[in-house]
Amino acid sequence: MAVYFDHNATTPLDPRVREAMLPWLGERFGNPSSNHAFGQAARGAVETAREQVAALLGAASPLEVIFTGSGTEANNAVVLDALGRSDGAGHLVISSLEHPSVAAPLATPWGAAARVTRVAPDRRGVVAAEEVAAALRPDTVLAALMLANNEIGTLQPVEAVAAACRARGVPLLCDAVQAISKVPVDVQALGADYVTVAAHKFHGPLGAAALWVRGGAPFSPLLVGGSQERRRRASTVNVPAVVGFGAACELARAELGARARRLAALRDRFETGARRLLPGVVVHGEGAPRLPHTSSLAFPGVVNLDLMIRLDLAGYAVSIGAACASGKVEASPTLLSLGVPPEVATATLRVSFGAPNTEAEVDAFLPVLARAVAELATATAGGRR
Amino acid sequence: MSDRGLVAVAMSGGLDSSVTAWLLAARGERVVGLSMLLWEGGGEPAHGRCCGALDLADARRVAAQVGIPHYTLEMAEEFRHDVVDPFVDDYLEGRTPSPCVRCNTFVKFDRLLERARRLGAARLATGHYARIVAGPEGPELHAAADPAKDQSYYLFELSAEVLARVELPLGELTKTEVRALARRAGLAVAGKGESMEVCFVSGSVREFVEREAVRRPGAAVALGQPARLIDRAGTPLGEGEPYYRYTVGQRRGLGVAAGERRYVLEVLPASATVVVGDAAALAAPGLAGERLSWIGTPPPGPIEARVKIRARHPGVDALIRPLDDGRFEVDFATPQRGVAPGQAAVFYRGTRILGGGWITGRLGAAPA
Repeated sequence: MAVYFDHNATTPLDPRVREAMLPWLGERFGNPSSNHAFGQAARGAVETAREQVAALLGAASPLEVIFTGSGTEANNAVVLDALGRSDGAGHLVISSLEHPSVAAPLATPWGAAARVTRVAPDRRGVVAAEEVAAALRPDTVLAALMLANNEIGTLQPVEAVAAACRARGVPLLCDAVQAISKVPVDVQALGADYVTVAAHKFHGPLGAAALWVRGGAPFSPLLVGGSQERRRRASTVNVPAVVGFGAACELARAELGARARRLAALRDRFETGARRLLPGVVVHGEGAPRLPHTSSLAFPGVVNLDLMIRLDLAGYAVSIGAACASGKVEASPTLLSLGVPPEVATATLRVSFGAPNTEAEVDAFLPVLARAVAELATATAGGRR
Repeated sequence: MSDRGLVAVAMSGGLDSSVTAWLLAARGERVVGLSMLLWEGGGEPAHGRCCGALDLADARRVAAQVGIPHYTLEMAEEFRHDVVDPFVDDYLEGRTPSPCVRCNTFVKFDRLLERARRLGAARLATGHYARIVAGPEGPELHAAADPAKDQSYYLFELSAEVLARVELPLGELTKTEVRALARRAGLAVAGKGESMEVCFVSGSVREFVEREAVRRPGAAVALGQPARLIDRAGTPLGEGEPYYRYTVGQRRGLGVAAGERRYVLEVLPASATVVVGDAAALAAPGLAGERLSWIGTPPPGPIEARVKIRARHPGVDALIRPLDDGRFEVDFATPQRGVAPGQAAVFYRGTRILGGGWITGRLGAAPA
């Protein structure tokens, strides 16, 4: 049976989450916008989930939580709204670590007139709060800094950046999709104006995510044509997924500390073992505050796609960065922005642990990894023309 | 099952490579499917084009059906370098391109074998209709059992070292049998048609060549300029399309009002001239070639064989005379029409391919 070490891509459903969802995939159903008993029951389930999400985020009110279909949608909504408020001509400050769903709207016709300042991280993969603050201008309509990077797992100084943004009256978007459930997230303390999270990254279902909007922060909906989510996101709510999302949040809130300790122990065991077996290994984000479950390791001399395929054939699912099936060997822009040389970037593998993983799996994986790297290094060197 | 290690199958999403994957899996081999993403530029993606992205979805579907892992390898840069650029060069330099031979030699076998090796697969299987037979001196390449589908011509440049690591499970089967196997296996692609076109050109070749040519630094050719059409005596016959629209042996697009059928005898890029003549003038007693290669040990001197001068040529008995530096000449037993520079001359003895090379011109009297 294959072992899954790619929890930053998505995670298996927690059986307890599945239990919570099952009634809504079975006998229970209803459109939460309907007034009859079926609708009211569905509405009740959605509002319970909203409270569960709000509780995990430390929101002042559940009404600050807008359910969306994905983290991408939530990020798109915030960026496109900021562009819309400035007639597309405003200035944005975006860290170069951001997920493409933050930066890509700028490449659409709606972002054609926008001006953007990108702030690169240091070599460890951490953006300096002072650099973000220095990039803010009177016409800045939005700043974006993720709480933790999805490829290398480094944590970012969102609180300090939020303070600077607040002082300048600039709204701040914080993508917490990878961070939620692995580190405590308290939106009040964080100080951002928009925070995005997605259920499937922490053992909830696909298709449920949330955008938290601070009370009073400007926001116009991306999807229109219905009164759902208090007119901030038209679409019939995906009730089973949202119910699962709520359940996942409740479990994460109760178990966060224990999960993080367990994941960090697995990660450390893995990295220690990898260093012992493969002395040339490079650990990205080393020395920086990091998520407990993400290892980004480079094995100079190998091509990461080949290594990923070899490991998959050996029964271990890992990633070569952001989830991507194109088959292209490309240096990750995130790693390049750290100043990682291209040949090290294309030798980088992402291993991300999750609740079902065990020490025994890590111990069994290490020699397989070491052998694959060694064989690949030989084959690659021998095959160069 | 005896473990013969991992075998990679080149999967295009078409019928033949899908059945190949199924056959190997059915006989208990450890199989990994590999698809190459070769070409995304220019024109609309279309089904039935072996290098297109749309068929990758079919390849994934078939791999899931067969129950084998499948990966896509992006090799567009290699494909452009090995196949597309030489294709454009050929037209601009007055030759008849052979993109499928180059794609097989360099991309599907050379480079894909290398990638497969890096992934731990020592062997590569493809859905080509040709046979690899163990001979006394090593692996031999033979024509397929189904002469209507035989693709051995396209594989003539594969070395014995490469053949030793390649499997062609369809070589003994007819297309009808392959289609029946696909139906029996319930493969999603059982009803798919053949890919016949040059896979990376979706519109007109002329437009493609011009689009590619202008991308090049210092493009010297006057793109779009009409060619000067002349007869063998040098008499002007008017203007035609740009010279790079013509290949030797071509009949269409000459725009010459003439009683008898006219053919392109020669394309002269330097003067943007196309020499035209009748069918008799097209016939040549032999050919000159370069980049001669043999599968296995080269013969000590001249050798008799049956020579095919294009993919669908029936073949002609001939004497092959190797010269220095990989050059060679071929004397046909009877004159042949359409000796086109840029095409491959492939040498057969019975069903076996001995080797081949690339045509540079005709022997005998120059047509002009």
